[in-house]
Amino acid sequence: MMKRKILRYIRIATMWLVALIWILPFVGVFMTAIRPMEEILDGWWNFEKFNLTFENFSKALTHPTASLAQGTKNSLIVAIPATVIPLLIATMAGYGFSRYKFPSKKLTFILIIITLALPQQMIAVPVFQLLNAFGLVDRYLGLILIHSAWGIPWITFFMRNFFSTIPANIEEAARIDGASDFLVFFRIIFPLALPGIASAAALQFTWVWSDFFLALISVYSPEKLLATQRIPLMRGVYHVDWGLLAAGAILVLVVPLTVYVILQKQYVKGMVGWSLK
Amino acid sequence: MNRRARFSHYAFFMLPAVILLALFVVYPSLRTIYLSFFNDEGKLTLESYREVLGSRDTFNPTGFKKGFPLGTILHNLIWIGIHLPLSVMLGLLLATLLRNMPGSSFVKSIIFLGMVMPMIVGGVMIRFMFDKNVGIVNLFLSIFGAEPKTWTAYPESALFSLIFGSIWLWTGFSMVLYSAGLETIPKEYYEAAQIDGAGKIKQFLTITIPLLKPITTVVVTMTLLWELKIFDIVYVATMGGPGGASNVLALQMYSYAFREFDFNKSAVVAVIITLSTLIASVPMIKSSLTQE
Repeated sequence: MMKRKILRYIRIATMWLVALIWILPFVGVFMTAIRPMEEILDGWWNFEKFNLTFENFSKALTHPTASLAQGTKNSLIVAIPATVIPLLIATMAGYGFSRYKFPSKKLTFILIIITLALPQQMIAVPVFQLLNAFGLVDRYLGLILIHSAWGIPWITFFMRNFFSTIPANIEEAARIDGASDFLVFFRIIFPLALPGIASAAALQFTWVWSDFFLALISVYSPEKLLATQRIPLMRGVYHVDWGLLAAGAILVLVVPLTVYVILQKQYVKGMVGWSLK
Repeated sequence: MNRRARFSHYAFFMLPAVILLALFVVYPSLRTIYLSFFNDEGKLTLESYREVLGSRDTFNPTGFKKGFPLGTILHNLIWIGIHLPLSVMLGLLLATLLRNMPGSSFVKSIIFLGMVMPMIVGGVMIRFMFDKNVGIVNLFLSIFGAEPKTWTAYPESALFSLIFGSIWLWTGFSMVLYSAGLETIPKEYYEAAQIDGAGKIKQFLTITIPLLKPITTVVVTMTLLWELKIFDIVYVATMGGPGGASNVLALQMYSYAFREFDFNKSAVVAVIITLSTLIASVPMIKSSLTQE
């Protein structure tokens, strides 16, 4: 019994040690952001002098070439429609998938996994040329459309799995009462699917917000750059202003972090469900 | 309802998705394949492949004698060789360690933070950890008497810094999936094994690991895809430098396409990445088909 108790203490100690190791870089970035430059130059872990300052944050928000106030606004302008549009479209497709039996179901299923594997680099150049042909280069609409298309396969996949858990006899009852498929979908299925939609929305929103590559290839005017695109610009070439960069990193991190904290259960469920069928 | 009506409804639900996918995913992918095989005059040629595969950017044999860069293909392979086993095993170990522990959901949230943050922020964090003045890694190493330096700025250590930093970012993923998987294993299995006199380690090897196999398939596949597509972290932390010492395939594609405007060479790199991600996802396709 004694041995068991000791083992348990070791386990608890290991757990908190791991937690400490994992959180230290975050603590470091946070300390660097809220303290003046000269205090952190010998390491943010020195607390002999400690002065709180928000100067780094205000500098990041109003940065002359990479203002994050503007960047945050731009990112929201892209991320909100790029979440709503694919969710609507893919929820419909996922429903079609789960309810209608058609011969090539397995093949379509494989195609969805393949699109999950597809790197964004594979579409980059032609998509750029396509946007150019449509006059959509350097415009948010183009980026929103790419994000929507890119999100559709996994959301379809995710919603299809969700719909498979809703028993079909609920709809059959409504159909017997003469409701059309269209009506059944929007009146019965859609509300039932809201928890699934919330999970998918949380993930899609944070992914669009966090995206860097698609933004990099489709938006380039300095005033139009999204939040993630502004972070590399804050890094000087020869000299790194760590206070500024840390504050910028935190500002970009805050949005997905908030989504995660509010929707933690759905977020993890979404991620697990999306990967585990 | 007759078959025709069924089909029209099916089309109604699927059509918007199909159009967007055709326009922004299917067509561009086919076009990239075309660009990789045809030159600007529209002639079928393997010239671009020869150029890319023969280039020192991709594979640099002199690197074995002189040190980094070794070329993007080898850099990605090294990334996989270190990151895949460590992050998968660490995730499983942590999931097991944290199971049913008081305060474990808090600790899990901390570890999962790496997955929540934009990878561009992840790259900044890695750069920060390994910095000469502000980096925690140097504080730790100074205990052993190591001279502080900015690890991401030297050819021999840049790639390894990024790889170890990316383990810190990604372990949350495998941990969360394994944690969910552990909950699905019935307690009776362990109780029965205990009655048979099997110790904890034996239980772990004979019950936990085999029953988690479907999850391992998903974790390994997703981790491989992530490693093969890695871009943001490298872009912001080192830009593939110094001197290409931490360059990776995805960044090489970007430089060819949007710095040199050589769309044929960039298409070749894109095709290489896609081929490797497709091969990596074969086990997952297989396992999902048998489960169907």
